[in-house]
Amino acid sequence: MAKMTMVQALNLALHQEMEKDDRVIVLGEDVGLDGGVFRVTDGLIHKFGAERVIDTPLAESGIAGFSIGMALYGLRPVCEMQFSGFDYFAMHQMESHAARLRWRSQGRFSVPMVLRAPCGGGVRALEHHSESREAYWAHTPGLKMVIPSSPRNARSLLISAIRDPDPVVFYEPKAVYRAFREEVPEDEETLPIGTSQIVREGKDITLISYGATLHPTIEAASELKEKHGIEAEVIDLLTISPLDDELFTASARKTGRVVVVHEAPRSFGPGAEVVARLVEKAFLYLEAPIRRVTGFDIVIPLFQREQEYLPGVYRIVQAVRETLNF
Amino acid sequence: MPRKEIDLPYRVDHLSILDEEGKLDSSIEPLIPDEVLLKIHRTMILARRFDERMLILQRQGRIGTFAPIKGQEAQIGAAAVLEPDDWLVPSFREMPAELWRGKKMESILLLYGGYNEGGYVPEAVNNLPVAIPVGSQTLHAAGLAYAIKYRKQRQIAMTFFGDGATSEGDFHEAMNFSAVFQVPVVFVIQNNHWAISVPRSRQTHSKTLAQKALAYDMPGLQVDGNDVLAVYAGAKEAAERARAGGGPSLIECVTYRMSMHTTADDPKKYRTEEEVEAWIKRDPITRFQKYLTAKGLLTDDTIAAVDAEVQSEIKAAEERWAQQVEKALDPLDMFAHAFAEMPPHLLAQKEELRQELAGRKKAE
Repeated sequence: MAKMTMVQALNLALHQEMEKDDRVIVLGEDVGLDGGVFRVTDGLIHKFGAERVIDTPLAESGIAGFSIGMALYGLRPVCEMQFSGFDYFAMHQMESHAARLRWRSQGRFSVPMVLRAPCGGGVRALEHHSESREAYWAHTPGLKMVIPSSPRNARSLLISAIRDPDPVVFYEPKAVYRAFREEVPEDEETLPIGTSQIVREGKDITLISYGATLHPTIEAASELKEKHGIEAEVIDLLTISPLDDELFTASARKTGRVVVVHEAPRSFGPGAEVVARLVEKAFLYLEAPIRRVTGFDIVIPLFQREQEYLPGVYRIVQAVRETLNF
Repeated sequence: MPRKEIDLPYRVDHLSILDEEGKLDSSIEPLIPDEVLLKIHRTMILARRFDERMLILQRQGRIGTFAPIKGQEAQIGAAAVLEPDDWLVPSFREMPAELWRGKKMESILLLYGGYNEGGYVPEAVNNLPVAIPVGSQTLHAAGLAYAIKYRKQRQIAMTFFGDGATSEGDFHEAMNFSAVFQVPVVFVIQNNHWAISVPRSRQTHSKTLAQKALAYDMPGLQVDGNDVLAVYAGAKEAAERARAGGGPSLIECVTYRMSMHTTADDPKKYRTEEEVEAWIKRDPITRFQKYLTAKGLLTDDTIAAVDAEVQSEIKAAEERWAQQVEKALDPLDMFAHAFAEMPPHLLAQKEELRQELAGRKKAE
């Protein structure tokens, strides 16, 4: 087993799937010789050639629509949006066609494509390079929305996404891309889409997060244990849609208290759906109102202030203590 | 450093073979076998009559809103150059081309009659379903063509769209991608002069739509879109080029939407009767019939016979439609084909609806 960053792990997944399956095609802006602006597709062009690793013209709707056509023919396109802040151009193709062609053709056609995009803040970037808009995709019937949190689960989930018979939007938290390394087995590994995981067990409160904010959430859980003797259970959603509500419902029934953490804006965000499910399925078990620790409902500020915007350990610890003291 | 003209490779031709009177320019008459000519004619009549019938059904409230095709039947000339395993990527006004490619009338009625099941595309028929967001389907044709090229197949993709679609970004992206990757696709513009109420002159300042191809270094041809022979010849040339590895082409078919945009609008509000009258004189069917009659392939009697045949075909399709509606009555089928495998939340929502329906039935 090698220790890898998320970028390297995603690159490994692409290498292995392309080697195994000649239906897999990678396309996007600068994915060829440049290897993608974050290097996720590094080296693929040398191994698989320009026919399978396509530097496309600079047009996100074109990339998505072109991928849909390939997928209709039976290929497995994995297209890259350079930043999630530019994928709105592609949203119309994904919403109007990728998500619907199976339904529209009543099962004759399907669109087994993956739309990858780096998401989220924390890397001191320009405007349009730090957004978290996963809720847009999760709200779309016919799409699956996945956000890994670590090198190992990113690799496994990307393979699952490529093999999925339906379109998957795959957001990669760019703050995690090179933040740490993790053992990633050479042998192929998959994780089922639509399944969340308990990453830390606890009995006092349930913390639900995903993607980049999973890490301050885990740190907050350690601090709560060390400083306050609070045992927080931490759940990593991994898939935003279809949302696995069984695991967190069971956890909430056990702990009676829940805090949801994400950097996407609060109103109508993924946390709102999590809270709604908990109200529907665990209402009588709840001992306190559920708190949402999230980004604010504003444009994410430019980088001098983004750390104050992003949910951090302090904000999470405060919310947990207030929830426990309710 | 002088300023000089850049030598660009293409110019834009206009192709017309049968004039408005049905007079033939025999020097450029395409070689089409008699049985194919007669099949094209028959399908044009079928499309015209079926369109008329659909309008009646819509006015009776038996089907919902649809986009009539009257006047655009010569598009069959383009579809006729396709091989059975080629790909047809239509917008929402390609019923004639779809009929040519084997689309069942009962399935069209089922769709516009409001049942998802009408969208079903049989195995081995490479027609994409109707695409309503204007111009968006052109990219799918480009992607299909890339896949064809990647798989080294002989197929091509042909996509249809209107003059309004040439204002959409997706059209330009599809043209650009297709030219950059030199994929086997034919873009067919049905320039019917009206995008709902906005005339062709307000879509673009360009003199022709065919010239849009020049920006992509792609051959562009304008044809008389009410002359089925010109449409056929133009499409044939483009299809052969695509099949031989010569890349994409754009064909502008100058035609006219004789009817309304959809059954939900009234064209009298924005265009004159005189304009419509002038185009009725250029009807693609009468002109083609004159040609076929002069060729000795049709007579007034055989024309009447074709008409009677298609009418009974339409009647039979309506009966099959009624039978299919019987089978499609379960509202729970709305959940079908959302995903390959239904996720738990959809299973739960389907169950929720099942219980509601059972409760409603009990309450009645």
